[in-house]
Amino acid sequence: MNGIGASPPRPDGFAKVSGAARYLDDLSLPGMWHGATLRSPHAHARIRSIAWDAALAPDGAVCVTVGDLPGPNGVQLIDDGWPILAGAFTHHVGEPVALVAAPTRLAAQQALQAFTVTYEPLDAVLSLEAAEALPPLYQLGMDSGDVDAALARADLVVEGEYRTGHQEHIYIECNGMIASYAEDGALTVLGSMQCPYYVQKALTHALGLADEQVRVRATTVGGGFGGKEDFPSAIALHAALLARACGRPVKLVYDRHEDIVCTSKRHPTLVRHRTGVTRDGRLAALDIEILMDGGAYTTLSSVVLSRALLHSFGPYRCADVRIRARALRTHTAPNSAFRGFGAPQVEFAIERQMDRIAHRLGLDPLEIRLRNAVAPGDRLPTGQILDAGTSALPCLEEVARRTRFRERRQELEAARARRAAEGDEDQNGAEPRRGIGLSLYFHGAGFTGNGERMMKSPVTARLLPDGRIEVLTAMTDMGQGCSAVFPQIAAAAGGLLPEDVTFAEPDTAEVPDSGPTVASRTTMIVGGLIARVTAALRDRVLEGLPGHTVRDGWIESPAGRVERFRDAARRLRAEHGPVELTLRHEPPAWQTFDETTYRGAAYPTYAWGADVVEVEVDPDTLAVRPLQVTAVCEVGRAIHPTLCAGQIEGGTLQALGWALLEEMKLEDGRYLNDRLATYVIPTILDSPRIDVHLLESHRDGGGPFGGPFGAKGVGELPMDGGAPAVAQAIENATGIGVPAIPATPERLLAWQRAGQTPGGVR
Amino acid sequence: MSTAFLLNGRAVEADGHPMSRLLDVLREQLGHTGTKEGCGEGECGACTVRLDGSPVLSCLVPLFQCAGRRIETVEGITAAPEGPLRDALERFVATGGVQCGACTPGIVVTLASLLASNATPSREEVRTALAGNLCRCTGYEGILRALAPAEPER
Amino acid sequence: MIALSPRSLDEAVRHLADDPALVPVAGCTDLMVRGPEALHRMDRVLDLLGLPELRGICAVSEGLEIGAATTFTEIRHSAAIRAAFPALTAAAEQVGGWQIQNRGTLGGNLANASPAGDSLPVLLALDATVILAGPAGQREVRMDGFHTGYRKTALAPGEILVRIRLPHPPAGTVQAFRKVGTREAQAISKVVVALAGHVEGGRIAGIRLAAGSVAATPVRLRAAEAAILGSSPGLVTAERAGRTAAREVQPIDDVRSTADYRRFALERVVRRMVLGLT
Repeated sequence: MNGIGASPPRPDGFAKVSGAARYLDDLSLPGMWHGATLRSPHAHARIRSIAWDAALAPDGAVCVTVGDLPGPNGVQLIDDGWPILAGAFTHHVGEPVALVAAPTRLAAQQALQAFTVTYEPLDAVLSLEAAEALPPLYQLGMDSGDVDAALARADLVVEGEYRTGHQEHIYIECNGMIASYAEDGALTVLGSMQCPYYVQKALTHALGLADEQVRVRATTVGGGFGGKEDFPSAIALHAALLARACGRPVKLVYDRHEDIVCTSKRHPTLVRHRTGVTRDGRLAALDIEILMDGGAYTTLSSVVLSRALLHSFGPYRCADVRIRARALRTHTAPNSAFRGFGAPQVEFAIERQMDRIAHRLGLDPLEIRLRNAVAPGDRLPTGQILDAGTSALPCLEEVARRTRFRERRQELEAARARRAAEGDEDQNGAEPRRGIGLSLYFHGAGFTGNGERMMKSPVTARLLPDGRIEVLTAMTDMGQGCSAVFPQIAAAAGGLLPEDVTFAEPDTAEVPDSGPTVASRTTMIVGGLIARVTAALRDRVLEGLPGHTVRDGWIESPAGRVERFRDAARRLRAEHGPVELTLRHEPPAWQTFDETTYRGAAYPTYAWGADVVEVEVDPDTLAVRPLQVTAVCEVGRAIHPTLCAGQIEGGTLQALGWALLEEMKLEDGRYLNDRLATYVIPTILDSPRIDVHLLESHRDGGGPFGGPFGAKGVGELPMDGGAPAVAQAIENATGIGVPAIPATPERLLAWQRAGQTPGGVR
Repeated sequence: MSTAFLLNGRAVEADGHPMSRLLDVLREQLGHTGTKEGCGEGECGACTVRLDGSPVLSCLVPLFQCAGRRIETVEGITAAPEGPLRDALERFVATGGVQCGACTPGIVVTLASLLASNATPSREEVRTALAGNLCRCTGYEGILRALAPAEPER
Repeated sequence: MIALSPRSLDEAVRHLADDPALVPVAGCTDLMVRGPEALHRMDRVLDLLGLPELRGICAVSEGLEIGAATTFTEIRHSAAIRAAFPALTAAAEQVGGWQIQNRGTLGGNLANASPAGDSLPVLLALDATVILAGPAGQREVRMDGFHTGYRKTALAPGEILVRIRLPHPPAGTVQAFRKVGTREAQAISKVVVALAGHVEGGRIAGIRLAAGSVAATPVRLRAAEAAILGSSPGLVTAERAGRTAAREVQPIDDVRSTADYRRFALERVVRRMVLGLT
């Protein structure tokens, strides 16, 4: 029985284990050619000329330059300010300048040499500091109460500045698309993507095609993490332009180097905190400034900034809050969606600031959080009143209990004090320095603000001739497992067996636009719709059968007669012809948000978590090894606990990679870590034991926000907690202050020499 | 130039430049797309195959060095698994060892080699064996659950 | 395109003499990283993997000889190496993952001549001799003369690296290896250090220290060696060794680390290793 809370094997499991699953690069169409992209070597330059010498291009290769575009030179996302190909100027290294297609991948690469481009290099803006004085790409603010007065009244004002760096997604399957035109001019695009309808919109906008002329189908997606939210639209356009130019299907697949060079990253961020606190450690005023490096074009930075603003105060109570947030423009590739979408950066900052405050007041990290964490009925600075499922304190208490946080921390502090007293702080003892750290975090589930209200996502269900229910959504399974979770939801909501329900592949020609597979909305928002539409279609089957009930796929009459649901559905389908229902998501009426003041309920609900991380730091190399993570999370009801835990485990390790290893160094606007040998992500030997505990607050039915069976979004939550917990653990182990990540050994050494301590610079 | 070798027990011939990557030959010429390219430079392990029984990275093996050798891909290794491998593959799906699946074929090939010599590996033995296979989805916990018995917490 | 797979060392040497443009290859783990486009431009390679003279680990009167085409897996699993040269076993265990260890060879690591090559400081510390074969026969080059500059070796045109000889270390020799990498596995080193030394009558009677990733080639840390030879082991000596080592190298800032950090880590690791001399 695959009920809610069971963990059935995922339907694509064996195909993936055996190599049978087909990803984009595993596909080939008859007559297909291969594309390649000419990219700017300059961070900022005027393009004087582009010449193509057909004689140098092998095998009849064709090219596309900006002059060949049939419509506007913009990838339509929120707006179309992101060029498909660089025009008169190039604004970042790796920006696409021209395209080629040739019969083989190798020939396409070779054909790039047939271009001669004349650039006139210009000055480039390459850091947040340099960008700060210039007009931003986007800015936002929020005010609650009177911050200046509250700061003036506070017993103590603590300042802090916290930085986070670029992070590259490193989905194991690189980005790629195949485009092909039919004889009637209709375009079909296959590819690895999170948002088929985003891709369709970009194609119709730039190519001047009608919706019904453009069909977009997602293939098996080998990881996304946000990296396949906006970028696939650009690649689809490139592939389509090449297919149009050569009159054949064209495959455009990035190798790892190209994928790292040109696709989006997590926004590097600088957060400045000025916090007023009372003597007993309560927050009295939060004055927050957020600077995010948006790169060369806005793409999704406005909405990333929005989510950043709305998580920058952390899961804490404070009435007097001022937040100023800016996305700044630099001459680097656009930074964009990455799991957490702005929240991990600002939650790193507020958690570090809480630790600094605790240090100044002589409180331990658990105590400062216990005194300030929000509880049900509390207001966030936005004015949103928190629901009964507000689990900051239960998560914190449970993680502290499970890890004996206080006792363990005292043991480790005592060990450090003993070493210091013996004059052996960095001397003879070869044994690694142990440290423990804790974080508290939250994540708003679903689109920010009025996003869901504007989209009103539809999901369709219809009866198949064999009596099964087919559910149609545009969601892609990029590994997170919606292909397993959706059937569980539909079966449970309809009183059916999993085999009574089937799901359509994400294909814009078949499925309605149920929105993008992003923002931790898949289970909570679309899953909720699946529950409703399946139940509604079941009721449609029962319409002629008063008093009948459905359970486990069987219909029972008042007289006790039973019949397979599928038989009754097949009869109805045979008698009435197609039976189909579409329902749209409607946020609860109470969830209103003012986009100008940033006041109101920005999210229907929040998921909560607390992490404890234990690390060891090598006394000779300052290398940090995370040993054990305990994550206690409250995500409402876990529909599929194994997959739910998998999200938390994987997200936690991504957070640790971001905190410790993953660094993107820039030189003249070029990423130096542009290969997997130099951009290092955690191997299995870098990974701690990750122990996940789920607190299920909504076990008895739906929450106030309409998630199916009480489920909240989980995908992004775990990205928020790992980094600040690790930073605290390093401080605990070494006494070196950690104001930024990644906390590489090189930086720890520099901070140690600069006198950086947990309380700030000595 | 033609190179003959055994692929999953079957004699095959592949044409191509001697320095062609075995990975490309398998995928593009011989239709064995289960072997994935994750980085093309020997960092990620997604393209792992067995060469004369040992796991190697097919992106780093030139075609000409395969002449007369025995190559096994994920398709061959999982076609009729037996014993500990069969059990491990079932658990692999059940315990969350698979998410996006792009690293999975390489991990399966490496694990098949481990299990061939050690039917009941410890957590540390699995970790050592998989040091050359990157996974970005699972945090490796689901993979370890499938293979290694729970050990007492540190 | 010519890809030759000779069956004997003599045949390989003849090929190379006839056609100096042939590129000798073995496990190809460094070469193949260039990618298809560059690889397809190569037109002459000479495969050394199949040469019996380049395979195997065998005892000789002075010590142990390791064929140049011996893989890191074979080194890892060699009981003879583990017994006599545990530092080399330790280095082999940290070269990439299993898949790389199954292909990468000791001779390849030497000939590729990366200053970050994991095994190279070990061979320096163990006083290895490299045996080369060419048209004029075989000759021997001491390990500390083999790497002549950034990615340059003493291999003359037409020569093939055949074997590496490790002499028996003096009784009581302590060996140590430490790779400070970018992560725990599959890492390129930021600093890699090896030591072989022994103590007699309360004095350090022999010491060889070597490091990689701190200069254009793997280097012997001769000043540090000189600073402690004849001293009594202990903290003062260890700290002197570390400080001296950090002063005598020329590390750089690069994508993996900084010059500052490399000096720091080298100092600490050398100090730690010398503390282990008893």
